[in-house]
Amino acid sequence: MCVSLTSLISRLLAAALLTFTGTAQALTAADALLLATGDSDERIALMSQLSAGDDAQAHALIRALGEDRVRIQEEMVLIANDEQAVDAVSGAPVRLTDMAEDASVNNRLRGAIEVALAGVDVLRGTPDQQLAAARILQRGAFDDPQLSQLPLLQRALAQPKLSDETQQLLLLASAAVALQSDDVAVRLDAARKLGEAKRAVVRPLLLQAQASELDEGVQKTLKASLAAVDRALLFSNVLAQLFTGVSLGSILLLAALGLAITYGLMGVINMAHGELIMIGAYATWLVHVAFRQWLPDFFDLYLWVAMPVAFLTSALVGVLMERCVIRFLYGRPLETLLATWGISLVLMQTVRTLFGAQNVGVENPGWMSGSVLLMGNLSLPWNRILIVIFTIAVLLGVALLISKTRLGLFVRGVTQNRPIAACMGVNTARVDTYAFALGSGVAGLAGCALSQIGNVGPDLGQNYIVDSFMVVVLGGVGQLAGTVYAALGLGVLNKFIEGWAGAVLAKIAVLIFIIIFIQKRPQGIFAMKGRSAQS
Amino acid sequence: MKHDTTKNNTQIFVLPAQVPLLSRAGWAVFLFALLVVGVLAPVLNLLVPEGHVLHLSDYAVGLIGKIMCYAICALAIDLIWGYSGILSLGHGLFFALGGYVMGMYLMRQIGVDGNYKSELPDFMVFLDWKELPWHWSLSDSFAATLLLVVLVPGFVAFVFGYFAFRSQIKGVYFSIITQALTFAALLLFFRNETGFGGNNGFTDFKRILDLPIATTSMRMTLFVLTGTILLAFYVGARWLVRSKFGRILQAIRDAESRVTFCGYNPLPYKLTIWTISAVMCGIAGALYVPQVGIINPSEMSTANSIEMAIWAAVGGRATLIGPIVGAFIVNGAKSWLTVAFPEFWLYVLGAMFIVVTLYMPAGVVGLVRKGLAKFGKGGAA
Repeated sequence: MCVSLTSLISRLLAAALLTFTGTAQALTAADALLLATGDSDERIALMSQLSAGDDAQAHALIRALGEDRVRIQEEMVLIANDEQAVDAVSGAPVRLTDMAEDASVNNRLRGAIEVALAGVDVLRGTPDQQLAAARILQRGAFDDPQLSQLPLLQRALAQPKLSDETQQLLLLASAAVALQSDDVAVRLDAARKLGEAKRAVVRPLLLQAQASELDEGVQKTLKASLAAVDRALLFSNVLAQLFTGVSLGSILLLAALGLAITYGLMGVINMAHGELIMIGAYATWLVHVAFRQWLPDFFDLYLWVAMPVAFLTSALVGVLMERCVIRFLYGRPLETLLATWGISLVLMQTVRTLFGAQNVGVENPGWMSGSVLLMGNLSLPWNRILIVIFTIAVLLGVALLISKTRLGLFVRGVTQNRPIAACMGVNTARVDTYAFALGSGVAGLAGCALSQIGNVGPDLGQNYIVDSFMVVVLGGVGQLAGTVYAALGLGVLNKFIEGWAGAVLAKIAVLIFIIIFIQKRPQGIFAMKGRSAQS
Repeated sequence: MKHDTTKNNTQIFVLPAQVPLLSRAGWAVFLFALLVVGVLAPVLNLLVPEGHVLHLSDYAVGLIGKIMCYAICALAIDLIWGYSGILSLGHGLFFALGGYVMGMYLMRQIGVDGNYKSELPDFMVFLDWKELPWHWSLSDSFAATLLLVVLVPGFVAFVFGYFAFRSQIKGVYFSIITQALTFAALLLFFRNETGFGGNNGFTDFKRILDLPIATTSMRMTLFVLTGTILLAFYVGARWLVRSKFGRILQAIRDAESRVTFCGYNPLPYKLTIWTISAVMCGIAGALYVPQVGIINPSEMSTANSIEMAIWAAVGGRATLIGPIVGAFIVNGAKSWLTVAFPEFWLYVLGAMFIVVTLYMPAGVVGLVRKGLAKFGKGGAA
């Protein structure tokens, strides 16, 4: 009898406790005090209980704790709001006195608060809040998997209208937590799910689980999952390298394209080409400043104005150079080299005098920032993608101009045989000027593009001059196609060597490769054939 | 051709009489220069007391010594560009190589007097290296260093030149490739793990041949040495360009295909002058480093190599005195302007590049000669 009574009491107690920890739990004054002043373990345990519940007041208290707004005054827990305060339990306004003490929150607790709030938000928040909460939960589950989180995660996953990404994150989190389960089947399922996710973040988790896993079946699944993740990572790594290679290649191409016209087609070696790029970048910067100043509402559109401005500014400087210096030096390439080097010094110093020696900051328009996430692991920045597209557009434009227009015809004619072209009535001097302006303008466009991804300073051009000459030399003189292949090839080659040897060694390796390559094919990838090759 | 060179016709093919190595007046000027460098300058610097009108300040000695190193480079550039038509944008590399070889020796001479009181150079201690890397193994011997000053730039130039000239790389192509080579070397020397002190290079030298390096007398010794070597190179270059070898070089410069058709292979000629030129630059670098007290990778920058070309161009290409004059004019202007009007120096340098190439193809020496000729004509009329 006695035994049965105690058992009855304990059962009743257990039932009471069950309802107590269940969904209908309300915040009591004792709980509030414990949450505000207890020791860390107690507070965290209580918090996870409360956050799993439905009580809005409890949630508000936790949120206030995270924001350092909880005060304790005469055994009452208050939530302070500027000068006013309300009782956390009853919601009644209370006047804060000097006796009020802050509830202390240490870092461990802060982390727990974040997770607890994420648990609240993921169930009740807006889609954006859900996503943010899912991120926090996923990170928490990966850093410190707690099996106690599993019910929450499952509840969150059971919600009907979840965005894809939120769902993904929650799935990952629940799988990570489930790996801690005592149930072999649950662990097996979790290991399989993690493998299917194919994301870089799951790798350390899988490795960790592999080290502590005793069950053979799970061990096997873990291994398979790990292999799947590694395969996916390798693939996306190669893709990422390929993309950065293409991205670098397109930058090289942009920088070299103008040179391919002035040097490749006209045979003018322009050491100031880099400075024309720099001028294009500065023109972009000026447009950017002007928009900021006078048209802040249309700031996102400034690039559309900057492109023609950069083109025209560089083209104008190019025409001046051609008219004043270079045309007297046709047929004397070494002298042209030195004179244009002199021009480059003057241009650099002019920019330094006008705008200062410091780099200037060019902000990207809003639509260029951010990135695209592919396959979970591969994030491609928008500005890089846009530069590749921009390069293709410029390339197409130049190719069409050279192959389809009358000016292009004249340029090709003068390139192939200047005297005969002159005999046919082509004004070769004018064609020279136009072609040089075109090449310079394209350099300006390159500057406009480069200003979006790097620093803009007086020395900007110096960084590209060696590279762009290498591209033109490698591609072969007088060929746009060669320039394209050379730029992309060098870009990709550079990035792949960089992957295992570092940036500087990659650059050196590429330079040496070019020097050796030129041994074998002194005329570049595409040698000019026929008579024009002799000169 | 073979059949023309029979006994009867040899007369026709006699070369024009050789100009003497130096004219009588030339020898006089040469001896005077030697006296100035070897006797007058030391006397004015060391014996004439400070504050006296004729006293040559230590600053001037340092500056002139430095410019004389540059003049050697200009002379080297002139041999390869003025007389062989090959514009190198990579002589900064050879200059720096010579300088680095000397710098390694000077670093070893510091001994245990560095900041870390270690046998190893400071930067190696800083990088936590335990022993000298292999390429430092000869750096404790002065004799080996002198040998390497010649051999290292010479070897690099020979190998590079062999491949470049063999595949007929000419003109601007060659210039760009030499620029790329120098750029690659620049990147390499910037690395810490290549063992050249990274971007700080070598500095803080204490001794040379166990004698303190920062004394007036040591500076004067290096000055006299540099001056003498410059003059010796001048006479040597003069001898070289008026020899048959030099004539063929100039023929290659003016019409390479014709020289080839005459049965000459241009490769050994170009390669020889290229290597000689590189070695001269290396020696200039080795003389430069103890006088300036620092060597770092910036010596290999593109700008430096191109500036060497402008020294030769300002003075007058294909005259041997021109580059020396040019080196003094440009660097004199530089050391004055960078102090007096620092922001104008690049304008002036840029303008020099443009004006000289456009209006003064023969440089200052050409102008002077023209002026003298006019004056002479005017006097005769």
